[in-house]
Amino acid sequence: MTNKRTCLYDKHVALGAQMTPFAGFDMPIQYTGIIDEHNAVREHCGVFDVSHMGEVMVSGPEADKYINHIFTNDVTGLPAGKVLYGMLCYPDGGVVDDTCICKLDEQLFLMTINAANIDKDMAWIEQNGKGFNVVIENKSDAYGQLAIQGPEAEEKMEKVLGLACKDLKFYEVKQQEKDGEKVIVSRTGYTGEDGFEVYGTPGYIVKAWDKLMDAGVKPCGLGCRDTLRFEVGLPLYGDELSDKISPVMAGLSMFVKFDKEEFIGKEALLRQKTEGVTRRLRGIELEGNAIPRHGYKVLKDGKEVGEVTTGYRLISTEKSCAVALVDAAIKMGDSVEVQIRKKTFPGTIVKKKFYEKHYKK
Amino acid sequence: MAKVIEGLYYSESHEFVKVAGNTGYIGITDYAQHALGNIVYVDMPEVDDEVEVNEDFGAIESVKAASDLKSPVSGKVIEVNEALEDEPGLLNKDAFGNWIIKVELSDTSELKDLMDAKAYEEFCAK
Repeated sequence: MTNKRTCLYDKHVALGAQMTPFAGFDMPIQYTGIIDEHNAVREHCGVFDVSHMGEVMVSGPEADKYINHIFTNDVTGLPAGKVLYGMLCYPDGGVVDDTCICKLDEQLFLMTINAANIDKDMAWIEQNGKGFNVVIENKSDAYGQLAIQGPEAEEKMEKVLGLACKDLKFYEVKQQEKDGEKVIVSRTGYTGEDGFEVYGTPGYIVKAWDKLMDAGVKPCGLGCRDTLRFEVGLPLYGDELSDKISPVMAGLSMFVKFDKEEFIGKEALLRQKTEGVTRRLRGIELEGNAIPRHGYKVLKDGKEVGEVTTGYRLISTEKSCAVALVDAAIKMGDSVEVQIRKKTFPGTIVKKKFYEKHYKK
Repeated sequence: MAKVIEGLYYSESHEFVKVAGNTGYIGITDYAQHALGNIVYVDMPEVDDEVEVNEDFGAIESVKAASDLKSPVSGKVIEVNEALEDEPGLLNKDAFGNWIIKVELSDTSELKDLMDAKAYEEFCAK
């Protein structure tokens, strides 16, 4: 089976990007190098092609009620123009996917979902939409998406793309007309920096990309998207969240609104919250330069207590850090070891956020 | 286009050996460093360790992933390139100029199983 391509595939190839299969798409991992792309986003501005992400439109008189049924966060009374992050959970509390939901208008929501999960999510949300007066549409092929991220993102949005975004606050969204097309702009991202996500037709997205390239904005690949999100403690579905790792285990209970009347997974998650979980995600800072990777074992006093979900040699701080799913008995400040190939390396349990976020709130 | 140097021996897993008498200097090729991207850690054996042909003798870590280092020859490690401990990125700057380990070759007949520069260049082009 051949991989899908985003509307920017030819642009990536022409730029000499290293392309790799990701979630059924051929995607750019890097253009010039993960480190300089990472630093460009931390220090200036970078643009990511995230057109592989899935977009689902939910509309209708019971849109609020339906979203609240499948989503852990709470859209009750949410004004149009606001964005919420949360999860879609199974009845046992495991995660179907994590998602940002934009309230575009009364009775109209845009859900952005992970590319790898589009088919699974669609089946889940359609199945659970039965009985609600809503229309659910998979618009993933109709939208391209760019993430423009970094301290200079606002300036590039306004000056290069001519998109009004100064008045948008963090986690706000606005639809606007640009070049005769409807464009959706949200002040959101996955890097820990200020930034925006822009949704438009493939035609619009290609034009916007070209303008950003002409203005010298750095193209950034999925390689640094992962290092950037990891440093600031943002979870990736498949690593830090999964059907086996619930939001409570992941330390993301703040996105689960237990005071809602009902939502799928509520009972199981509430039990986890009140009775405790057997394993939870923790940060580990390692001594030395060796790099912990997904799946590596975590030991305490020689006994296996968990495994790494993501690990890197951090680009911003040059420390070897991991997030790991470990026994709940492992606490902050504990000494552990990580097995890396034939050796074990000592480390300390720390917060999962290894680098401060710089959002404009 | 990745650089290939005449006079070296090359493996299919993109290591090279430069032979001087009974000594082999083992490193990774320019093609390998390019494919790996930013190299941030080199896991090296210790002096006096024995390395076996086609067996792992360490690992190279790029930002993204760990890759095993396979020895193209057998022998005893007589030196490791300590400069790579502090500055693994040297491999990105000049892969051929920065060998990783120096070994005393135990069986020079193993060299005939490796590729020369021309064969390696064709191998990479495939």
